Amino acid sequence: MIAVAIAIKTKRTFAKAGVITGLIIGGLFAGLPVLWMLSTSFKSNGEVFQNPPKLITQTFSLDAYTEILGNGTQLRYFLNSYIVAIAVTLLTLLVALLAGYAFSRFNFPFQKTINAVIVSVQAVPPITLVIPYFGLVVALGLYNTYPGLILTHMVFTLPYAIIMITAYLNTLPKELDESVKVDGGTGWTALWRILVPISVPGLIAVGVYTFMISWNEYLFALTLTRTDDMRTVPIGIQMLMGQHSYEWNQMMAMSILGSIPVLVLFLLFQKRFIGGLTAGAVKA
Amino acid sequence: MTLLASKAAPPVEQAAPARKTLARRLVPYGYLSPTIVLIVVLMVVPIVMVISYSFRDNVIVQENSVFAGFANYTKVLTDPDFLVAMKNTAIFITVSMVAHLVLGLAFAMMLNTQLLSGVTKAIFRIVYILPWLFTIAVIAVIWRLLLDPSGVINYVLHSLGLINQSVNWLGDPGMALWAVTFINIWSGYPFFMISLLAGLQGIPNDLYEAAAVDGTNWFQRFVHVTLPQLRPVIISMAVLDLIWTSQQFALIWMTTGGGPLNTTEMLSTYTYKQAFSEYEFSTASAAAVIVLLLTMVLAFFYVRQQRER
Repeated sequence: MIAVAIAIKTKRTFAKAGVITGLIIGGLFAGLPVLWMLSTSFKSNGEVFQNPPKLITQTFSLDAYTEILGNGTQLRYFLNSYIVAIAVTLLTLLVALLAGYAFSRFNFPFQKTINAVIVSVQAVPPITLVIPYFGLVVALGLYNTYPGLILTHMVFTLPYAIIMITAYLNTLPKELDESVKVDGGTGWTALWRILVPISVPGLIAVGVYTFMISWNEYLFALTLTRTDDMRTVPIGIQMLMGQHSYEWNQMMAMSILGSIPVLVLFLLFQKRFIGGLTAGAVKA
Repeated sequence: MTLLASKAAPPVEQAAPARKTLARRLVPYGYLSPTIVLIVVLMVVPIVMVISYSFRDNVIVQENSVFAGFANYTKVLTDPDFLVAMKNTAIFITVSMVAHLVLGLAFAMMLNTQLLSGVTKAIFRIVYILPWLFTIAVIAVIWRLLLDPSGVINYVLHSLGLINQSVNWLGDPGMALWAVTFINIWSGYPFFMISLLAGLQGIPNDLYEAAAVDGTNWFQRFVHVTLPQLRPVIISMAVLDLIWTSQQFALIWMTTGGGPLNTTEMLSTYTYKQAFSEYEFSTASAAAVIVLLLTMVLAFFYVRQQRER
């Protein structure tokens, strides 16, 4: 009996050691490149390829950061990314909320068809769209402007946001909005007075994801803008790669600064975000 | 009399509700109108445009385009560069998908273990999700730094005696495709992992207990309980991953630009170059339509799979 208990315990200890080893190896695979980026951002450019390489540099310096943050062109990239991503987020939430309300609270002809079109938009390759977008944006006079970028980013964010918000509103009982209608209110008041306030958690999750997509978007930002005062952070990182002959420390500092908004949003809303995302992926 | 009256009355009375119902019927379309306008402007019109471009010559850059029939398609489909791009894309997406699945499942199962405390698992989970939180531009520069001929990966492999001289991972025609595929594997597995983790947590514990009572070992439980239970998630993630990876442009563009010698040319970079480097918007449109059709084939499988569930 005791021997069996010990055997089981040893087996558990071995299993535990195995899992921990596996987790650490996986963790190094996932984390080391990120750590190396961080470490390089604190080096001087001469030390980047020193032999042997050091994870922690002796001459720790913030020069790369002050260089980026003291450069007007670079700061403009950040400003542009914030303007575009925030505008995309607010507009997407507004449009998707109205659409989600329609899908969740009404039955109407072509409902399934419209829904299918929205879902299928997600599969259309950006590279197929970028050519007509270029023609369209130039024709509309939106080339190299914020509205051109904001509008085109919504093709990525809107379908996801509508699907998620519809699913969220479906979880809220219809009696909630009926009570407003009994009091003489309209569907419109029910939406804004009742549904929106209690949907805040869902809207935040959708908003965070929307912001992330827009902040990270590369292809449209590359093709639909031309001048430095309209470029966004991902393009700015690429520009740093060509311009100076590889200022690796600055590229890493810019990469970290450019990743902070998304990292912060993710850490703040982690649970809600993963929950919403997997609910979509598992159910979808 | 009363009967007649009540019979005669309805048409009059119904006329008003009928108008009301018509208005009411239009209400959902009112809420949907911004979405419909955006979908038309951002999807329907552009797709019609790109299809019409693909059958014409001299589009966008010149004012008078002419009808060209299937000439652009013939040009693209007989272009050796395009065929290489097809082959590279097929390798890139298949290897990435399989590796994403294997890594995602392995990591998800480790994170789902009952042997460790919740806090430890939460910390590891954040580390494991990290690659997914960085934009592709950042991922591209990180890996250019790591894979540089004088970079840290070459140093480590050299110190371990695995290589004799520095390898230019992204610049060597024999290596570049595997290098970009590896980077894509690193950046893409977390999404698989998150979804599979949710799937694992949804498997009822009774199934494992019943299997344990039957005297099965860990591997048998994995094959007979875990995999069948995860099957729907795995299949839908796999198809989605093929679609997404086939659309990958930024990673290739910022690491190799499709080179060296077309060895990492993908359908996306080929199309982009035709349009924005060569200004051959007609050929680019034909390539873009072919890419769209290939994606639709994958999407069709996805939708069919969803229906079966």
